[in-house]
Formats: sequence, structure tokens, C-alpha cells
Amino acid sequence: MESLEYRECLIELIYQLADDDFLLAYRGSEWLGLAPHIEEDVAFASISQDLMGHAALYYGLLEELGEGKIDHLTHNRSPDYFRNAILVELPNGTGTYLENPSYDWAFTVVRNYFYTLAKKVRLDSIKKSSYEPLQHIVQKISIEMSYHMMHWEVWFKQLISSTAEAKSRMEEAMSIVFAELGGVFSYGRIGDRMERLSLIESEEVLKERWMVYLNKENIQYSMKMKQGDGRNGIHTPHLAEALATLSEVYQSVATAEW
Amino acid sequence: MITSNERMDHFMNRINSGEKIEADDWMPDDYREALIRLISMHGISEIMGALPEKEWVPKAPSIYRKLAIMAKVQDEMGHGQLLLRVAEDLMEPLGRNRDDIMKDLFSGKLKFHNVFHMKAPTWGDAGVIAWLVDGAAIISQTMMLGTSYGPYGRALKRICAEEVFHAQHGESIIMALAEGTKEQRTLLQDSINRWWTSLLMFFGPKTNVETGHSHQDKNMRYKLRTKTNEQLRQEFLTKYVPRVWALGLTIPDPTLKFDEETSEWQYQQPDWEEFKKIVTGHGPKSKERLALRMRSYEMNSWVREALGTSKVSNIAR
Repeated sequence: MESLEYRECLIELIYQLADDDFLLAYRGSEWLGLAPHIEEDVAFASISQDLMGHAALYYGLLEELGEGKIDHLTHNRSPDYFRNAILVELPNGTGTYLENPSYDWAFTVVRNYFYTLAKKVRLDSIKKSSYEPLQHIVQKISIEMSYHMMHWEVWFKQLISSTAEAKSRMEEAMSIVFAELGGVFSYGRIGDRMERLSLIESEEVLKERWMVYLNKENIQYSMKMKQGDGRNGIHTPHLAEALATLSEVYQSVATAEW
Repeated sequence: MITSNERMDHFMNRINSGEKIEADDWMPDDYREALIRLISMHGISEIMGALPEKEWVPKAPSIYRKLAIMAKVQDEMGHGQLLLRVAEDLMEPLGRNRDDIMKDLFSGKLKFHNVFHMKAPTWGDAGVIAWLVDGAAIISQTMMLGTSYGPYGRALKRICAEEVFHAQHGESIIMALAEGTKEQRTLLQDSINRWWTSLLMFFGPKTNVETGHSHQDKNMRYKLRTKTNEQLRQEFLTKYVPRVWALGLTIPDPTLKFDEETSEWQYQQPDWEEFKKIVTGHGPKSKERLALRMRSYEMNSWVREALGTSKVSNIAR
């Protein structure tokens, strides 16, 4: 390991990657049993498992770097220590997964497609990063990610070129997702140092690559960070609610092994 | 000219000589109906069965438990899909499809297993469902592997292989709780108490005396099944009662014991009137779970409509 500064930046970046996948996997798990058809339920559950598996790889790296046990990192950190983007913490719709869920499939498709595309751009850049153990993990993750990309791309293209209702729902969803997409590309307050230490390329370069990819679809929106700044620990109340649910059993008996 | 009697005799000869019937083969109407009833109930039970466990997926108490239970519930949905495909092929000549299955479920015409009408209020239930409900399912599904209908048998083969992993996943949750703190052991014992009667009911009544009707006899004649409800229940008790006791847990039935003379377990009969109520949609969670299923059907109706008219083909990509 190099300098303290390098270590600080590296850990910060891994938290961002880990928390993003973890929260989106959690949101995906809430859809279980509620997807538009049974085949999609099965496919979506695979993707959510993959994402949670990716998060586990990153948290494993953080554990090695002395940040604490995986279960503590995932089930016992307070919301302001989470570094995920706001986009992945937003709920799937109204209601809870148990009571009166009114989930929005258009939002889910757009969020997942745009996020996966951003993940690809980020991981491609990290493949050239200066920290080898992270490079290895990212290479592994990229293989599964390419299937997620195909899956969401098919959904996105199908729905946007279908009925008038589907198109208008998708456009509405896009405006919500774009309003938070800036937060996915942000590296937070020490981002400039991450770039300087060659952990990842600049936010601007990555955003541009993302746009180039998507512009094939002729979409005119701009990326913003409307409801918070997740990379700097400023979250919506939705994160605290999600964390309370996902850690309910873990925290119910202190010191227990589960 | 073959008479209908000859056709029937030929069919029964095929079955009795162990041949498998395939989807396009001639079959008597009541054989087809029995299969549709059995397989669509089995399929829809897998799908409704995902709901009680799904309640615990986001809450599973570690990242690895989350991964395992998500995979498990996904398997159940996958089994549901596999079985509905088999049922759909049987329904096709009658002009019915998956939409009819869903509508029959919502109207209460199509029933699902008693266990999935019950509450699962703690993480202990997630363990007990995977260990004992799946354990019971393995016993009844293994018996069906020799079914006379080929497509059902093949689907069951795949399902049974996965169910074994589920029981192991359940056992792992149970072991962690049994070896855990006092609170965790209490959680586990409460779940076993809660589920015991439902587990006995799972196999169905001994004879049609208890509920007034049963499809057991016809299903045995057509070799859709090879053992009676009671035989399966006895197998379950033989396999699991000693295991529950070995963990230092108790079973809420003081009369439960193995009778050496008859080589059978004696147990307190569950209330079969209650069973009838549960499976006809009057269980503690029947309405809520059906409402959840209906809600997902309705909230996604625009998606199904959009897919029906989409210009971009899934296959073309």
C-alpha cells in the first residue's frame, strides 16, 4: 500500500461502488414476486443476486483494507456513512414491498439501464486503475454486467417504442432518473485526488462516454443531482428507511450470529 | 374403426405397462382434467409459495443470507414457470391459457397449498419454511417422479434437484438459530409450534371421510401418484421428528410417538374442517397474499399491453 492519501481515496471509491450495487440489489429484491410476468421475476432476481454478489466482493476488499466485517459494513452503518448515489436509494414506487406496493416498472427499467451503462463506463475506467486487487474484481464483475446491460437495453427499447402509454411512462421515468444521474458520476469531495492518483478518470470524461453511448437514442436531457449528494453522505430519508428494513433482523439480537 | 372403449383400454394398458404419456398423445378427458388441476395447482402453489418467504428476502440478516434466500425464492418462481408451461400445453386444446390460470387464482377457483395461506411473522419462519415445508415438498414430489405424464415427470426431476438445496439452506438457518442465543432458540421454537399443524395438513387428509371428497383414488388409478397422503405423512414424520428432537426442540403434540407394533407414527389429527377453510381462501393470510398477487397483475397491465404491441422483437436481438 502506498501513501495514506492513496489509501483514503481508494477506500472512498470502493465504498461508492459497493454501496451503489448493494442498494440497487436491495431495491431489486423488493420486486421479487411483483414483476410484470413470471419469466421476468426469475430474470430480475438473477440480476439482483449478481449485484449483491458484486457488492459482497467490494465489501470483502474493504474488509481486507481494515474497514470491518462485511456484515457490519452492510447491516450496521448509519446512513451518513453510506456513499451510494441518490438514484439507487429511491424507492420503486409508492407503498412498501409488503403493503400496497404500487411499483413503477418504467422507472425500474430506466434506472437499471442508465445505471448499468454508467457502471460499465466506470468499471472500464477502473480496469486501468492503479490498484491491482480492484482491477481483478472489476474484471470479474464486468462479465456478468454485460448480461445485465443486454437485459435492460431490450426492455428499454421495447417499452419506448411501444404504446403511447408506455412511451409517456418511460419519458416521465427518464426525467426522474436524469435528475439524479449526476450523482452516479460524482466522486464526492475527494474526487479530484482520486483522479490525480489514477484510480479512475475524470467525471467529465466518463459522463461524455455515457452520453455518446446513449445519444444513439436521440435523448435530450441533462444530468443533475436534485435530491441530495450521496457521495458526500447527504441522503434522502428513503435510505434510512431501506437500511432499517434490511438490518431489522440483524440488529434484533445484539451479538448474535445468523 | 376403433371404439372409444378400445381407445381407453389401450390408454390404460400404456399407463399400466409404465409407458409415459406425452402432450400430443390421445388421453381421456378426465385424465387431462386431473392433470390440469394437479399441475396448475402445483405451479400456482410455487408462485404463491414465493410470497411468505419473499417477505424475508430484503430482511435476511447478512449479505450471504440475503443472497441465499433470494436464490431460493427465485427457484420457486422458476418452478412455477416450468409447471405453468406444462399446464398451458394441456390447456391449449381447450382454448385456455396462462391468463385463465391467473384469473382462476384470483376468483378462488384455483386453490394453492394450505401452508402458503399462513403467516410468517419472524425470521425463524423463513428457516422453518425452507427446512420443513420444502422437506415435506421433497417427499411428495419425489413420489410423483414416476408419474404417468412425461412432461410433468421431467419438470419434477429438475424441481426435486433444486429442492434439496432449499432444504439445506433451511437447515443452515435452523442450525444458526438452534446454536445461537436464548432469543434465537425461542424464535425457532415458536416457529416450529406455529407451523406444526400446517405441516401435518400439507399432505392432505387420510381418506375422503375427513373432507368429503378427494382426488386421491383417481390420481392413483391414472398413476399420477403412487402413494397415499398418509404414507407420505408417515415418511415425513420418520425423517424429521428425530431431527427436530435432536436439536433439543419440542413438537407441540404430546400424543406424538412411534408405535412399534404398527410401525406407524401416532399423532394428533389436525382439524380438517379448518384445513378446508384455509385452502378455500379463508386462511390467516389468504386474502392479503392474493391481493398482493392481483396488485402486481394490475399495476403491470400496461407493460403486458406494451409487450403485445412492441415493434422491437426480443428474439431479433
